[in-house]
Amino acid sequence: TMLRRMTRLLSGARQLDPGRFLHRGSPAPQSLDAHLDDQRPRAVSCTSEDDPVKTFNEACLMVRKPALELLHYLKNTNFAHPAVRYVLYGEKGTGKTLSLCHVVHFCAKQDWLILHIPDAHLWVKNCRGLLQSSYNKQRFDQPVEASIWLKNFKTANERFLSQIKVQEKYVWNKRESTEKGSPLGAVVEQGLTRVRNATDAVGIVLKELKNQSCLGAFHLLVAVDGVNALWGRTSLKREDKSLIAPEELALVCSLRKMVRNDWHGGAIVLTLSQTGSLFKPRKAYLPQELLGKEGFDALDPFIPILVSNYNPKEFESCIQYYLENKWLQHEKAHTEEGKKELLFLSDANPGQLERLCAYL
Amino acid sequence: MAAPCVSCYAALSCRLFLGGRVSLSQKQGVWKAAAAELQTGTGSQILRLRHTTGVSTKKNVAALRRETYTVDFIKKQIEEFNIGKRHLANMMGEDPETFTQEDIDKAIAYLFPSGLFEKQARPIMKHPEQIFPKQRAIQWGEDGRPFHFLFYTGKQAYYSLMHEAYGKLLEVEKRQNQLQAKGLFSEKTKTKDLIDSRWLIKEELEEMLVEKLSDQDGRIAVRRVTCLVSRSSYYAQFIRLLERLLTLHCGSEEEFVQRFRRSVTIQSKKQLIEPVQYDEQGMAFSTSEGKRKSAKAEAIVYGHGSGRIKVNGIDYLLYFPVTQDREQLMFPFHFLDRLGKHDTTCTVSGGGRSSQAGAIRLAVARALCSFVTEEEVEWMRQAGLLTADPRVKERKKPGQEGARRKFTWKKR
Repeated sequence: TMLRRMTRLLSGARQLDPGRFLHRGSPAPQSLDAHLDDQRPRAVSCTSEDDPVKTFNEACLMVRKPALELLHYLKNTNFAHPAVRYVLYGEKGTGKTLSLCHVVHFCAKQDWLILHIPDAHLWVKNCRGLLQSSYNKQRFDQPVEASIWLKNFKTANERFLSQIKVQEKYVWNKRESTEKGSPLGAVVEQGLTRVRNATDAVGIVLKELKNQSCLGAFHLLVAVDGVNALWGRTSLKREDKSLIAPEELALVCSLRKMVRNDWHGGAIVLTLSQTGSLFKPRKAYLPQELLGKEGFDALDPFIPILVSNYNPKEFESCIQYYLENKWLQHEKAHTEEGKKELLFLSDANPGQLERLCAYL
Repeated sequence: MAAPCVSCYAALSCRLFLGGRVSLSQKQGVWKAAAAELQTGTGSQILRLRHTTGVSTKKNVAALRRETYTVDFIKKQIEEFNIGKRHLANMMGEDPETFTQEDIDKAIAYLFPSGLFEKQARPIMKHPEQIFPKQRAIQWGEDGRPFHFLFYTGKQAYYSLMHEAYGKLLEVEKRQNQLQAKGLFSEKTKTKDLIDSRWLIKEELEEMLVEKLSDQDGRIAVRRVTCLVSRSSYYAQFIRLLERLLTLHCGSEEEFVQRFRRSVTIQSKKQLIEPVQYDEQGMAFSTSEGKRKSAKAEAIVYGHGSGRIKVNGIDYLLYFPVTQDREQLMFPFHFLDRLGKHDTTCTVSGGGRSSQAGAIRLAVARALCSFVTEEEVEWMRQAGLLTADPRVKERKKPGQEGARRKFTWKKR
């Protein structure tokens, strides 16, 4: 749910004009901490739902060092070189996903085309409808996930959909086809209306974007959360109860091609996540452990960025934010001892702190 | 030593009683028989007791009177006890003159080791005063006239005590009024140390007076008033009177009041305080161990640090994902207000998640003792941080499904 909320947040984000930060009541994202440099109006709300953005009437991100580092690299990317891969890794709950979102938001402001997959783990587990692909007989389609993603993609990159033109002709079935030169929006529409072909639509979109970003009309940012899902194991089974390898899923294949750095004109930012990963021990957080040999080789070379727990200063600012928005109601939360207790119990881990403060 | 040992043993065995108080609901006749046989001193009394019980239960069921010990009988018992004490001292090689009750207890525990859990079921050898219940002598003379002037109140000892206490109270008040009139009354409050003593409890008072103090019924006292007077027991009234006496700062009456106070058992303040050790860089640290259920933990607490804890080489946030376990770890530091000041490294093995947390908590608390003042050690002990939790998994009994759970009861 956390990541589903994230997609909706980001799609909401792109609707605003770039250059202004979010401070509208955007639907349902997770708790984000505020600490931006410039002033923003903050509305304090009295409701206490488990939806902090509705509670705080705003969505704020904490600017932290890993994110800043990434943004620095992104600003200095040379678009002639092949796309550089950045991998955010770290312990559970340290803020990798949020750093990713920060980067995505930044790029949205900079008017890049965002290809954001909120959680690749959703594609390899708990899928209901698996169809045999029409395009390639050996692969499997996932209409549900594909259509969800197409919807988000549409809301996120509305402007680009009309600008980009398809360079080939695609035949869907006997009656429908997309001509060469028609806008990408048509492909997306096709995928949304005809759910059976949604996966293929996704594949087409990705291929087109990859080819066209080299032309330089736009910058492409590929942001994948939980990229270790692409090379791990799936929990999906065929009708005869035999396991499916990730290679046999069409979505996974197209995504893998995307993540290979044989194109230029953009950047790839990836996050490893143990939370949704299947069959991996809880304490594994290094890229090598989570990606496995295959994934590591595929992603090599990449730039690793470690996301760690809060600094004392960051922790302070987080608590201050909660206090200002009157989220912490306990009397002791204001005192020094209370802060020390929270620090000890959460060990400066953002995820733990959030869970602790949830019922304070 | 062998031959004298045997005879001493025989003599001793007469003195030994199984059980604290000999207050069995026996018939008087049985006891007389037992007493007679005791005086002959043949064989063990315990066996005889069982023997005679079996014989005479059927008779004398109606006549259930409390057993009475004659004064001579008690005297005889005391003599035998003293002789037995001397024999015991000889046996143990100690000096018979300076053989205290503690030494007797130790000797008996050594000679008759018992694996029974109930402490009162083990063999004891104590002075007859403590074993036989106190009994009142006949309280009226040959002409039938009672000795004590308050005999007809029913509780002569209690009322005479109240009378005495109230008399002292009046006396003290009179004295204080005199002093105040003269102007020599000094306001010095001689507050005695009331902390380490407590009032007698009702059972102890009953024992002292050899009288039963039941609840006083207000209805009987005031017949004219129809409503119930608030029930206040005899015991409560007595304590109230004594407290009133205390508040008047009586210097002379203190011993009188002290008779009715028992000292609160001073907790054993013997905590092994581990000395602070110093390692190569000059950093102060201290080590200690802790246990809980079947988990053993060893903790090394460093004097200066930033509050990081490593368990078996893993950060405590990852080792204990549950907040409850981390709260257990936090407890010693939080109690002493030293949350971010010590670094800790621990190794733990065995048990489950919760017992490992408890074991580490105990180890950390003991290690912190060496960095902390004595008073704070006492506080920690009272908070229960330094006590090892004795609870273990209870044994499963046969005929039951678990330790306590019985099998499902089926009516047919």
